[in-house]
Amino acid sequence: MEALEKLGKYSLLLYRSLRSLYEVDTYKKNLVNELLKIGYESVPIVLLTGVFTGAVMTIQTAYQLEIAFVPISVIGAITSESLLIELAAVITSLVLAGKVGARIATELGTMRVSEQIDALESMGFNSVSFLVLPRVLAGLIMFPMLYIFASISGIVGGIVAGAMSGAIPPAEFIQGAREFFYPWDVTFGILKAFVFGFVITSVSCFKGYYASGGAEGVGNSTTEATVLSCIYVLLADFVLAAVFL
Amino acid sequence: MIEIRNLKKSFGDLLVWEDVSFDIEDGETVAIIGRSGCGKSVLVKHLNALMYPDSGEVIIDGDNVFELEYVALRKMRQRFGVLFQGSALFDSLNTFENIAFPLRYFTNMSEERITNKVEEALDLVNLVGTGEKSPAELSGGMRRRVALARATILEPDFLIYDEPTSGLDPHTSSEINKLIISMAENLNITSIVVTHDIHSVLEIAEKVAFLENQGLCWYGTVEEMRRSDNEQLMDFITASEYQIRN
Repeated sequence: MEALEKLGKYSLLLYRSLRSLYEVDTYKKNLVNELLKIGYESVPIVLLTGVFTGAVMTIQTAYQLEIAFVPISVIGAITSESLLIELAAVITSLVLAGKVGARIATELGTMRVSEQIDALESMGFNSVSFLVLPRVLAGLIMFPMLYIFASISGIVGGIVAGAMSGAIPPAEFIQGAREFFYPWDVTFGILKAFVFGFVITSVSCFKGYYASGGAEGVGNSTTEATVLSCIYVLLADFVLAAVFL
Repeated sequence: MIEIRNLKKSFGDLLVWEDVSFDIEDGETVAIIGRSGCGKSVLVKHLNALMYPDSGEVIIDGDNVFELEYVALRKMRQRFGVLFQGSALFDSLNTFENIAFPLRYFTNMSEERITNKVEEALDLVNLVGTGEKSPAELSGGMRRRVALARATILEPDFLIYDEPTSGLDPHTSSEINKLIISMAENLNITSIVVTHDIHSVLEIAEKVAFLENQGLCWYGTVEEMRRSDNEQLMDFITASEYQIRN
């Protein structure tokens, strides 16, 4: 019963966000801020995650294929395919669930318990349009871009790690990656990032917007936002794979 | 004019109050008093529909606020200024930007005109020269005054003060009370003040609504309150005076 009530509140919050899409003047400044915070400020952690994921993936694949009778270019194919279709989107999103999700839930939660959201509403503001909509829109726009950064850095990391460890020369890595490259994989990865961006920002906004109970309540909301974002990202990942692959 | 009719509010199984009815005439200052936790702040949050009741009506100039469409409700809310208990200043903005915030979003004023208006507002609350300070750099009393300047910048018809003097020293409390009186007189604002400070009530209010026993226990003018033989009201006032003396 409680879960249904929360689902109803979450749906209503999204509906109110959608209905205020036309109020561009209300949210445009916050949208620019959020694009910078979610996108630009996340680039370093996304690049770092991508590089190390690609590097580890290359070394582990090389280790697993050591005794198999396959050309070593397969290492490049497996690494790049795995990154494009799964790892770049999922691992990046799980990292961002902590960075972006926690920030959103804490910001909105603090505004809620210190009556700043009430202050906005009491001035005649649409607080959802002002606070929730720009964050969700920024997530929808920036997550696919961050996915592309993560994919590129992952492949670069794989090439460098393959060359440094002697597992695979760069030319063979690139040849393998090109042979097994399907444009659909990138489209699917972008779709995943789009969905994950929506899940993380909307769940975190929901948890923060309805926070209650002072500092402890904000802490609980932040924890719940991060944990639920991770769980829903994994669930969404499974559903998308089952539907589209 | 604000007409409060048969309001009832509960949170789950916990009844806050029921059958609350009284009127607030234009231009008057009404104090809502009662013990901590009796639902004073909850009651005023119903006046501009920041909260919705289980039943009952709040009618402002003929419109039941709980039946207004969201767009109309937002228009109606712009007629209110609210001074929240914790001031509710936006952390990410400095003093100047906090006060200018409603002007930037709800008016077409030029930046020059906005700057003049904000400086006038800062002057009115005796905070000239603090525009660049962030809320964290201000004392509790200064934050209340900034919040008051922000609440009145759009020249509202109604001004709600939620515990305006709680947690402040007597000197600062007295300054805030004087500001409330000058706002009511100079801007001809209808003021609703939530407080449990009897000193403030005597200083600023014309009428008093006393909440007790999950309902409106007593309502009348300050003069009538002085002569009242309502036992619960007298208990509340006596306890406050005892607290003041000791």
